[in-house]
Amino acid sequence: MTTLVSPIPGNPVEPFLRSDRMPHIWCPGCGIGTTVNCFAEALIESKIDLKTLALVSGIGCTGRVAGYVKLDSFHTTHGRAIPFATGLKLANPGLNVVVYSGDGDLSAIGGNHLIHAARRNIDLKVICVNNLIYAMTGGQTAPTTPGHATTSTSPYGTFEPSFNLPHLVEAAGAVYVARWTTFHVRQLARSITEAFNKKGFSFIEVISPCPTLYQRRNKMGDGLETMKYYKEKSKTKHGAPTSEVGLTLNGEIIVGKFVDRDRPDYSTLLKAQMHESLGDKYVDYDEEQGYACSADGGCEEDSCH
Amino acid sequence: MPLTEIRVAGFGGQGVILSAIVLGKACSIYEGKFATMTQNFGPEARGGACSAQLMLSDTPVLYPYVTQPDIMVVMSQEAYVKFASELKEDGTLIIERDLVRVTDLPKQTKIYSVPATRIAEELGKRMVLNIVMVGFFTAVTQLLEADAVRKAVADSVPASFRELNLKAFDRGYEYGVSALAAGPETPDLEQNAAVSQELV
Amino acid sequence: MKADPRGVLTGTHFMDGDHACCEGALAAGARFAAGYPITPSTEVVERFAQRVPTVGGCFIQMEDELAASITLQGGVWGGAKAFTVTSGPGFSLMMEHIGYAAMTETPCVFVDVQRGGPSTGLPTLPAQGDMMQARWGSHGDYEIIALCPNSPQECFDLTIKAFNLAEEFRVPVMFMMDEVVGHMTEKVVIPPADEIEVTPRKHTHKSVEDYLPYGTNGDMVPEMAHAGEGYKFHVTGLTHDERGYPNMTPKMQQKLVTRLQNKILSATDRISMFEEEGTADADVVVVSYGITSRVAQRAIEMARADGLKVGKLRLITAWPFPENKIRQLAAHIKAFVVPELNLGQMVREVERAAAGKAQTFLVPHAGGSVHHPEEILAFIQEAVR
Repeated sequence: MTTLVSPIPGNPVEPFLRSDRMPHIWCPGCGIGTTVNCFAEALIESKIDLKTLALVSGIGCTGRVAGYVKLDSFHTTHGRAIPFATGLKLANPGLNVVVYSGDGDLSAIGGNHLIHAARRNIDLKVICVNNLIYAMTGGQTAPTTPGHATTSTSPYGTFEPSFNLPHLVEAAGAVYVARWTTFHVRQLARSITEAFNKKGFSFIEVISPCPTLYQRRNKMGDGLETMKYYKEKSKTKHGAPTSEVGLTLNGEIIVGKFVDRDRPDYSTLLKAQMHESLGDKYVDYDEEQGYACSADGGCEEDSCH
Repeated sequence: MPLTEIRVAGFGGQGVILSAIVLGKACSIYEGKFATMTQNFGPEARGGACSAQLMLSDTPVLYPYVTQPDIMVVMSQEAYVKFASELKEDGTLIIERDLVRVTDLPKQTKIYSVPATRIAEELGKRMVLNIVMVGFFTAVTQLLEADAVRKAVADSVPASFRELNLKAFDRGYEYGVSALAAGPETPDLEQNAAVSQELV
Repeated sequence: MKADPRGVLTGTHFMDGDHACCEGALAAGARFAAGYPITPSTEVVERFAQRVPTVGGCFIQMEDELAASITLQGGVWGGAKAFTVTSGPGFSLMMEHIGYAAMTETPCVFVDVQRGGPSTGLPTLPAQGDMMQARWGSHGDYEIIALCPNSPQECFDLTIKAFNLAEEFRVPVMFMMDEVVGHMTEKVVIPPADEIEVTPRKHTHKSVEDYLPYGTNGDMVPEMAHAGEGYKFHVTGLTHDERGYPNMTPKMQQKLVTRLQNKILSATDRISMFEEEGTADADVVVVSYGITSRVAQRAIEMARADGLKVGKLRLITAWPFPENKIRQLAAHIKAFVVPELNLGQMVREVERAAAGKAQTFLVPHAGGSVHHPEEILAFIQEAVR
């Protein structure tokens, strides 16, 4: 069962949630709430200043996370959380920007942005809740649906090869890649904490049940049975070659931290290039004024001149 | 100055557009009149016939395109073939002498030619042939004040090439002064027809 | 407030419309742009990419127009004034995000240097075929503002205006250039920064406790906060209440969408800019915009030389459409002549507003060049009869 019900007083994650928006829309047994709990735990653990934290979601069940967290939060368009987050980060480099969205949103309609953000190594923390299906629209095949799984648009079984997301983002350039299931709550929270301490494009995949559509249609039981499956079939292999972590319908789930490497992020490269080419003429981002004297609230008129 | 339609044409890389910019700038910024410059864009990045259209006037220019040019500056045979027929009957044709052979034009056309490439080469840089043409144009057409065009040349080129370009302008201008005094040329159409094919 | 002098290239320039648009954006305070290359608009962002690092800002070339049109909005919520630039095919891809900007009230500017369409059409040649798309391209009901410059000077002046309107109304503003205006080079005078008025962001002064992200105070335009300031606000493309929270009820839909429309429509007369001349005793009024207005002017002068009574109405603001102006003129003239580089777009609005009180003649042109003044003249002559 989901652990994110109306927060009770004293619940440690309550300060991170918009309690006036409860109850949430997620189904019983859905794993998204669990991931939000882990996210909140990571915020506590990392002692990050919540004022500097912005969360961006796309569309879908996971896309609704943005609406429930008590942060500057943006529920954008389908597939475009990453480019929105890119603009947010570049216009205000002081922000910690988290992208929180689903597998369909990030890897199908938003797949092009996913690989390009990883290539640029934009400093974004991407949490991808992968329920192997399009859930909000009623259980259609996603690029992540494993072979032979039945969905509403593959009634005779999926035959398209699926994406192995850790492999994809590693190849594209991500500096931090991990995968957990919603059974691995401590490990997931720790990975999110690690990603916060990492500069560059981080990608954390969370395998999560959709009991209503995926598990039911594929006769995999309810949320509890899925937890048992995750527990039994998961194998932690830190540093596993991502080419070997593809998912199958009933097979092993390789979890762990697969990639943790250092590459200069987009802003570092940008500044270095500008300093090299322009020297003193380069005007860097100003922490006080930002990039623009555009807001009458944030900027005294006189200081603009 | 009444509305004057000008086409400048050549091949890509000759500085066709820059020469039109210089003339337009001289007119609109340094003489306070009006100029509109448009250029023909094709998918080719280099080579091919390249052309700029320039409208100069005492009053604001409305229609931005040349319909029947009063003056045509041509720096390649290909451009000549493509555009020469649109020149006004009593229009002025200014050509790069070594690169263009006039083959068939109405008798009233006033033709002036200048070996701009050779002059540019004498100055040490072939690329300034367009500014030689600009200087020549200024002297022959008497449309713009030499001083205004000279200023426009100076602020349209990189500082390190300013002196060279001003020299190019002066040489073209001097050549033009003599050419204007000598009067329009009468080309040997028959002989030109024979050699023009080689230039295309 | 006055423009930040760092972005203002004061002086007299011989500059094309694309470059002038970029200078207008810099003068208006734009410090962030996301773009994707497309002819004939690319020169705008090429110049921005060159200029903005020396002014204090950032340009990013995105992987496509879908990305560019939402990256810029991330930039706006991060605190910058931002814009993107495109042409027909890219503009088509941006439609969803124009709707998102309208719904989330993200102040921003979309520059569309129009070329011949549909589809890839005429990449290097002009048209005015995106006028209806600018207004209706995204799904649902919303209002935008669209401006149509007809010279490089206006590409500078009106780009500033576009940013100012975007900030004042928190609305995406469409800057509808065309290939001719974009690539045409003329004198552009850029005044000193202290002579340029720029509209600052309508940033809230309220405390975190009192702030309602989509609450309004009579003028229908909510106050804005930026990410990172502690307001912990929520922005969504879903139908939302004053807190910004999703509220998907017919009642909230009615309230929100009506306000989004009315904040623009109720200000139409204030937003509308047009150039009107010789309409008082005219039999025929030529209604035009963008590059076509310059060709039309020549046709009008030719017609007047023949003794015809012809007036001019040049739309600088295409959207919201100046209905009242057309209605007033329709009451005392015989006909409108509407030349445009499409097969009939804004003419529909003229016809609708004229409501049968005056005839309406379209002078169509599928694009690829501009009209010949004689074509427009022929319609004027017919309309006078």
